[in-house]
Amino acid sequence: MQIYLPIAEMPVSVLLILGMGAAVGFISGLFGIGGGFLMTPLLIFLGIPPAVAVATQSAQIVASSTTSVLGALRRNALDHKLGAILVAGGLVGSALGVWFFAAARRAGQLDLVIVISYVTLFTVVGSLMLKESIREFWHRRKGGAVRLRRRAGEHAPYLGWPLRMRFYRSKLYVSVIPIIGLSLFIGFAGALLGIGGGFIVVPALLYIFRVPTTVVVGTSQLQIVCTTLVALILHAVTNQAVDMVLAILLIVGGVFGAQFGARMGRHLRAELFRFLLALLLLAVGLRFGLELVLQPEEPFSISVQEVRT
Amino acid sequence: MRALVLLAALVWSLASAQAETLITSLSNHRVLINSNYTGTQIAVFGAIERDAQTVARATAYDVVVTVRGPRQFLTVREKERLGPVWINLEQQKFPSVPAYLSVMTSRPIEEITSVQQRQRQRIGLEAIVNSTDFTSQRDGADRPFREALQRLKAQEGLYLEDERGVTFLTPDIFRAAIPLPATAPPGNYEVDVTLFADTVILARTNTNFELVKTGFEEQVGVVARDWSLAYGLATAAIAIFFGWLASVIFRRD
Repeated sequence: MQIYLPIAEMPVSVLLILGMGAAVGFISGLFGIGGGFLMTPLLIFLGIPPAVAVATQSAQIVASSTTSVLGALRRNALDHKLGAILVAGGLVGSALGVWFFAAARRAGQLDLVIVISYVTLFTVVGSLMLKESIREFWHRRKGGAVRLRRRAGEHAPYLGWPLRMRFYRSKLYVSVIPIIGLSLFIGFAGALLGIGGGFIVVPALLYIFRVPTTVVVGTSQLQIVCTTLVALILHAVTNQAVDMVLAILLIVGGVFGAQFGARMGRHLRAELFRFLLALLLLAVGLRFGLELVLQPEEPFSISVQEVRT
Repeated sequence: MRALVLLAALVWSLASAQAETLITSLSNHRVLINSNYTGTQIAVFGAIERDAQTVARATAYDVVVTVRGPRQFLTVREKERLGPVWINLEQQKFPSVPAYLSVMTSRPIEEITSVQQRQRQRIGLEAIVNSTDFTSQRDGADRPFREALQRLKAQEGLYLEDERGVTFLTPDIFRAAIPLPATAPPGNYEVDVTLFADTVILARTNTNFELVKTGFEEQVGVVARDWSLAYGLATAAIAIFFGWLASVIFRRD
């Protein structure tokens, strides 16, 4: 069954889009990430103009993250205070990211900046997480205690900087400075790459701040909802590239997928959860890396600058 | 059909200086896009009128139908090796090229007329893509970019040439079908019909049709453009509503 998209100006298969929404929603619910870095390339592959793809998939992220946040609220698996700081810093970071985006576009190398950032971010974050989870598996094999609970005096030095704050829900008593730094960076990268930044928030909260896994997903989703909501409205106003029909199809598929993902995530062991997320990130990083290094089959590409009517 | 006959009669009475007159008509001047639009086909009908003084030609007529879609500003980029990575280096701008371009002919275009004539009159896909007003000349450096544009557009079904696209029903009446893929953008489409005999152009007509969004599709486009903030807020509200709905439906307790 085909349906015509009014803004993308092309027909798509309804079932295909619903299925894609469900698949990406599942991964998003499972890992507490937005899933934009998976959805955008898929939509572009279908022939949807890149601007429409980036803008529209943010609506799906808003929907699936809203579900996750509401679920987390009900289970009390959300740190409001930590979330609020992440959101505030993230919005400032986004503004910086939008400015840098325009500068890179003027220089004519936006594509390159984006691909290299993708490769670096995903490979670095992915391999760090993979190393960590392999070590955990190893410890378990040797019968040693798995170090999940923090002990006194085990903090990295930067967590003890001034302006310490207590986050009861996350069992944290740390300086706000590294948290604000993290949120600024996420907002910046998010605006530049058109992603929510969940895949950076989740590992950072897990490994740097040692926030319990159950709280991480809800808190990261709260941050994603807020930044993506702002991004969605900005895209609609500045680029007029949000396709409502496509958005609704993605949302309907996505919310169901996210539910099943979140449910499965609750039954997943913490180490396995981190191991799978690490593999996913590495795979995406590798895919972008190959695109950069391998000789392209078709070296030429067309981009539409404007439509003359 | 009656309108066609009337038109023919009118043209006949005016009896121009030219020996042959070409009369063409489209099956549809306004193609509507609705929610289940998946591309369409437009038929071009044509009749050739010869005035009383002219004797019948020894050779048969040939017809070339050229359709040009709305104009686009395109940039074609070429990836090249720089150290270990492949990045976009060279590029060529195409300031005003048709988003859709199709050429239907009654037989292979090489047999219809000479290379010089094709280049001068922009007859055939090859001649249009390689013409000077398509993009700037750069001592042959523009050639691979022109070829790439044609190849990539052809893969999408947006640039095509069909040497069997025009069929003669009688020696004087012909018909052509213009295939419009679903990805052809809304806008104005120019249809140019050229009549040949013995490699010489005898007559030319120009008409057009419009591809427009209607109903819901049109309204969404208008709202997204004119009330963009409200549209963005509405989309956000829909997204949040569905998110909330799902959390209610799937509530376990």
